[in-house]
Amino acid sequence: MRALPSGFHAWFSTRGWDIHPHQQALYDRANEPALLLVAPTGGGKTLAGFLPTLAELSDGGTKGLHTLYISPLKALAADIRRNLTRPVEEMGLPIRIEDRTGDTSYTKRRRQRADPPHILLTTPESLALLLSYEDATRVFAGLSRVIVDEVHALAESKRGDQLMLCLSRLSALSPGLRRVGLSATVENPGAIARFLARNPDPCAIIHADPGPDPDLSMLETDDPPPWAGGGGRYAMGAVLDEVRRHRTTLIFHNTRAQAELFFRDLWLANEEALPIGIHHGSLARAAREKVEAAMVAGELRAVVCTGSLDLGIDWGDVDLVIQVGAPKNVKRLVQRIGRANHRYNAPSKALLVPANRWEVVECQAALEAVREHDLDGDPRGPGPRDVLCQHILIAACSAPFDADALFAEVTSAGPYAALSRTEFDACLEFCATGGYALRAYDQWRRLMLRDGRWSLRDPRSAQSIRMNIGTITDAEMVGVRWQNRMGGQPLGEVEESFASTLTPGDTFLIGGQVVRFVGLREMSLEVTPAPGREPKIAVYSGTKFSTSTQLSARILRMLTASDWPDLPRHTAEWLALQRDVSHLPSPDRLLVESFPAEGRAHLCLYGFMGRAAQQTLGLLLTARMEEEALHPLGFVSTDYATLIWGLDPVADIAPLLDPASLRRGLETWMQGNAVMKRNFRNVALVAGLIARNHPGKRKSGRQATFSSDILYDTLRRYDPDHLLLQVTREEAMRGLVGFGRIEAMLERTKGQIDHLHLDRVTPLAAPLFLEHGRVPVDGAARERILAETAERLMHEAGLAR
Amino acid sequence: MTGYAFTLSGVDLNALASGALFWRAERCLIVSDLHLGKSERMARRAGTLLPPYEVDETLGRLDADIASTGARTIICLGDSFDDLAASELDEPHALWLSRLMAGRRWVWIEGNHDPGPVALGGEHLAEFTLGPLVFRHIARPDASGEVSGHYHPKARLAGQARRCFLIDNRRVIMPAYGTYTGGLLSEAPALATLMEPKALAVLTGKIAQPIPMPR
Repeated sequence: MRALPSGFHAWFSTRGWDIHPHQQALYDRANEPALLLVAPTGGGKTLAGFLPTLAELSDGGTKGLHTLYISPLKALAADIRRNLTRPVEEMGLPIRIEDRTGDTSYTKRRRQRADPPHILLTTPESLALLLSYEDATRVFAGLSRVIVDEVHALAESKRGDQLMLCLSRLSALSPGLRRVGLSATVENPGAIARFLARNPDPCAIIHADPGPDPDLSMLETDDPPPWAGGGGRYAMGAVLDEVRRHRTTLIFHNTRAQAELFFRDLWLANEEALPIGIHHGSLARAAREKVEAAMVAGELRAVVCTGSLDLGIDWGDVDLVIQVGAPKNVKRLVQRIGRANHRYNAPSKALLVPANRWEVVECQAALEAVREHDLDGDPRGPGPRDVLCQHILIAACSAPFDADALFAEVTSAGPYAALSRTEFDACLEFCATGGYALRAYDQWRRLMLRDGRWSLRDPRSAQSIRMNIGTITDAEMVGVRWQNRMGGQPLGEVEESFASTLTPGDTFLIGGQVVRFVGLREMSLEVTPAPGREPKIAVYSGTKFSTSTQLSARILRMLTASDWPDLPRHTAEWLALQRDVSHLPSPDRLLVESFPAEGRAHLCLYGFMGRAAQQTLGLLLTARMEEEALHPLGFVSTDYATLIWGLDPVADIAPLLDPASLRRGLETWMQGNAVMKRNFRNVALVAGLIARNHPGKRKSGRQATFSSDILYDTLRRYDPDHLLLQVTREEAMRGLVGFGRIEAMLERTKGQIDHLHLDRVTPLAAPLFLEHGRVPVDGAARERILAETAERLMHEAGLAR
Repeated sequence: MTGYAFTLSGVDLNALASGALFWRAERCLIVSDLHLGKSERMARRAGTLLPPYEVDETLGRLDADIASTGARTIICLGDSFDDLAASELDEPHALWLSRLMAGRRWVWIEGNHDPGPVALGGEHLAEFTLGPLVFRHIARPDASGEVSGHYHPKARLAGQARRCFLIDNRRVIMPAYGTYTGGLLSEAPALATLMEPKALAVLTGKIAQPIPMPR
């Protein structure tokens, strides 16, 4: 055991603290090249990460940048700076600490490069930008440690892949750089360790005491939850009771729109005017900061929130977490639960509120999974190549590079350890020439080989590359602010696609207030208050999670039980009725029901593959049914089933589920699919084919969408094996399209299909009739809808001929 | 050939679903804003390397329209090239264009992107009058019997935005024919003020679909 410098002990004891075993362990092993600390929320992770740095810097002999701290949230960087400054000042340590994010002023950022602090706190994007400057070598030459906070969250996204590429750069600039990752509890810490460490360095995993198990249960309400829907508003009274009974409650929702609706209804029911706030990623920064500050000051009794509060920031006195809607993913649920009692060794208290009858089953399964510490997660594939393309361009901005050296560097990053030279060369080729098979003219070169090193053909393009650094390509958002005469303050933002449907006079919800759209001004929506009006709802996409594979499997196992004493009676009876009139789905068989309803033939397929894959199966099956002249009209999907309706009943589902023909159907479908086009746009933005930001002007979302759609069509026709199309397909198979889960389901059930022909709707299928998101079958229908609408408009305008 | 038939200054015209306009009596095909060489200009100027296939794509569609209409006169309403340098097409494309031009009357109208004669055959004009119709790149507010381009109009219907013709009793504004071209929604003030209240938008795509011009 290494001893801390003496001043540290004194400081610890004046605060009445003991150093935690995991903090000591991290300190003892501080000289290892890579360490991963897995600790629950409130376990003193951050201090554990920084102790070695503070000790090494305590003698004042270090010049320049010593430690880089990277967090996925800007707010976290600022928060940590405040928390770290206190012990440093109290111990009188000669250490300069600064943060640097997109919000840092230009002059301060310049000064930081000229004269870096000892400890710099930043985000992956700001680090990538720092590395793109010509002086990166000088700035990072003496860097000794890098601390990656919330590494489990970063490991799930392209932001993390980009960060690991940046770390490979840093390790090259400063050999001997040590890495520390701080992670919440995850199902596979080994994978996170491999992700973090420099390949093939070892990375020891240090587990902190996980603390006591949470006190977790389902919220009991007088009324059973509704058959379908997502808001959980039936439970408003019970939720408000819980808020009253606790000091501070966090109320998590899965989507921003639901959070908005819930918040509004909570306010209407909140007769005592308890101080309750709302927090989500689409609210204006000032609005979020106000809520955060009130929260830290202990002024709020509850905050309605979304994933924007999943990470980081210490909320002090939260004593209850309520999750509204099925958690979809056990790991995220555990992390959310950890937001309550941010104190070491105190159990967190959490309540689940199923939003509908099916979610009662899912919540029960999630509850059991948490009790059994059975976390879920899908292994991520190798690092995506569009991120690598951006990394190559960033490298070229900083200095001419040697391809062999960069390849060696890139493959030292965990996510890219298995990258082949051929794949690397294809990415380099893309950066240099666009990767097009035809016409390698001189002007078709962005990078040029000079004296064996690759550099930018036109150094001025560095500015455009820097402006487009990053891998976050969310839906384009449009700002919302009060009309000028109301002060003009920003309220937040809504998706551009939603904004485009608004006409002046329309109302919508934002930040819990109903506002009226007045007009568009300088690319912002101007609004006035419209209290008491029924709002249109602001739609935010990108937050519809699919239920995880492991949780789905657990639900299926649960359904095979003979009875369900742990489920509320209304739900147990519902399942029993389903078993009487049909079958219950089971893990190794596929249940399919055919029945007539509403004058149409219906087919319900219980795949338990999560919403995305069920949706894809709906598209593929209806396409196959179209081929077989079964006249499908539409379908709707949930996380567990797809309901298809049409003119003719399906006599036998088995031939339609042949994997080879489904796969063929997938290829055809992907060609014109809007999901693929959106995917391609994101890939093209990350890889630098199209730019979101141009020096001097910002391209509007619509223009970018338009041109990327045409690029997609053109590439598919003339260059179907283009690198970016390969990346787009890979991502779609894994993510949005979820074809992998369809194949896994077919593999799991091995052709054992129970296709039942029944005379009426079954209990389990009934809620699907109430689901939103019905998809009309595409093809001729699309042109027909267009033509019918056009004719109606012409007729109404008196222009019909 | 699917199209929307209408009359402008007594002339029977057909707005084709492809985005070209056909004047059957004159066997004259009008296209606008081809923007040939856009990817090449982007590569040359901004350093962005767009897929270089848009010339094939645009010429392919033009070739098909000429073949299906049997047009003898072709009018390109300006911005045929993304800039004057882009008009120096590479050899295969230059040959393709020559083959299309051979034996036909070909009129290049100047646009703001390609102001000035380009090194190709055909007539090069600032504007062109044929019968009662005048062809120019940018519409003039007081004109009538006018066919123009420039704005790349688009219209939204049933959640889809499509390139469209804007048609009223005095003028036609043509959609962009080129592959890599953005567009301006018909609600934009520039278009709304040019067009009469009863104007139509004819959407392009699989069929030419008229609707009241969205404003």
